[in-house]
Amino acid sequence: MSTTSSTATQVLFDAPGPKGRRRILLLSVLSVVLIVALLAGALWQFHANGQLDPNKWVVYLRADYLAFLGRGLWGTLKVTALAAVIAFPFGLLLALARLSRFLLLRSVAVTWIEFFRGIPMLLVVYAFLLALPAFGVTFPRFWMLVIPMILVSSATTAEVFRAGIRAVDIGQHEAADAIGLSRRDALIHVVLPQAVRLVLPSLILALVTLLKDSTLGYVVSYNELQFQGKTLVSITRYLVQTYLVVSVIYIVINLLLTRIALALDVRMKERAVAS
Amino acid sequence: MDAIRENLPLLLQGIGTTVALTVLGYAFALLLGTVLAVARVSPIPPLRGAATVYVEIFRNIPLLSLLILIAFGLPDVGLLLPYFWCGVLGLTLSSAAFVCENVRSGINTVPVGHAEAARSIGLGFFGTLRFVVLPQAFRSMVQPLVNVFIGTVIGSALCSAIAVQEVTWVTQTLNIRYAQAVLMFMIAGAVYLILSLGGAALGGAIERAVAPGGRNRSSGRAALDVTAGAQA
Repeated sequence: MSTTSSTATQVLFDAPGPKGRRRILLLSVLSVVLIVALLAGALWQFHANGQLDPNKWVVYLRADYLAFLGRGLWGTLKVTALAAVIAFPFGLLLALARLSRFLLLRSVAVTWIEFFRGIPMLLVVYAFLLALPAFGVTFPRFWMLVIPMILVSSATTAEVFRAGIRAVDIGQHEAADAIGLSRRDALIHVVLPQAVRLVLPSLILALVTLLKDSTLGYVVSYNELQFQGKTLVSITRYLVQTYLVVSVIYIVINLLLTRIALALDVRMKERAVAS
Repeated sequence: MDAIRENLPLLLQGIGTTVALTVLGYAFALLLGTVLAVARVSPIPPLRGAATVYVEIFRNIPLLSLLILIAFGLPDVGLLLPYFWCGVLGLTLSSAAFVCENVRSGINTVPVGHAEAARSIGLGFFGTLRFVVLPQAFRSMVQPLVNVFIGTVIGSALCSAIAVQEVTWVTQTLNIRYAQAVLMFMIAGAVYLILSLGGAALGGAIERAVAPGGRNRSSGRAALDVTAGAQA
């Protein structure tokens, strides 16, 4: 097996003959023309509305603007890291509760997971922003963003961990049983170490999700990247430019994380094949 | 309770808008995502490249950033779109990237021999795809596509940030007027849970219906396939 895309390609067509190659070349040229036309159209639309004016772009090279966005990026990374550090172990506990022998524990975990997977995080944020203060419970802005991130992420990572635990070969349980390990010892010494390794790539993708969720700081006015962008727009009035710059930063960071996850995944699968 | 009685039409309208956003966004995403997946597995390099770039951009941009860029940015480049359709556009563009990845990894689960058999009886690229590969790939795609649906339901709430008057927007507005926070959030939460769980139940039924010989549980390892991707 080679990479996934060539597998898909392999499934769908043979190596093309001379006629097929000519057709592929023709369609390639046509699609390049189409893609270039689309991009040119978009650029023209920007130009016609004065959005390509260099003055509106070079401001993002100013040190103070960069520092301002940099503070936002720092805020984004801080909330993401903190939420992950709390939510991931919490997710593992939820997964274990869901697989437990005790009905009560199981039903609490299932309810928690289904609830926080099925409602939008924005609603949880609003609950912290608007509902809890009505009962005299208030949090600093930082926690009004981080706690909802933890609640939602714990539910989604619980499912990741559960899949990981189920993916550990049944023989491993049997072997642990055979050498006389208790259920708990088997879980701690045999199953979990393997499960955690298996889910590592998926956890990095959960980090991407958390980073995207952190944009809701925009709603609670916490100084993360999206909110800093909003503030910058109110100063410069360069809306398209600011939000494009902000979006590109998000895409680049998440792209890096996705790459790491895929590379790890490939390594895991190679190791699984080798063993 | 008065807050609900007096504002029932507004609430129902909000629920209707949420359902419309979700259904339209998801339907268009299925369409666009499938086209993108076909482009990604096609023998035409520029199309493959373009679809890959699309997926990498829209899978990694936060939905809120995308919605804000569309709703407040498009007017600046001379394109006026009602906010509702900005919401549908944002949900479609984002969900389509996830649909594309799910369809592609679904295609990868089909054994190469099946496609070879299809080609040996004379089916071309589209014939192989339409009659042999996609129907089989669809089975392994049901659960991931349910996840994309739930992602679309949840994502529709973010449209309230661009002033689409869906259920989050309505309940938040009513909460400010009536200070009935708990009641309002229970209503909004229930709407989303019904939509999400309803979608999941429907997906489960479809999965059972298309499963060959009762093999309807995906293994844990399949659930861990990162190429299928998870949605924010």
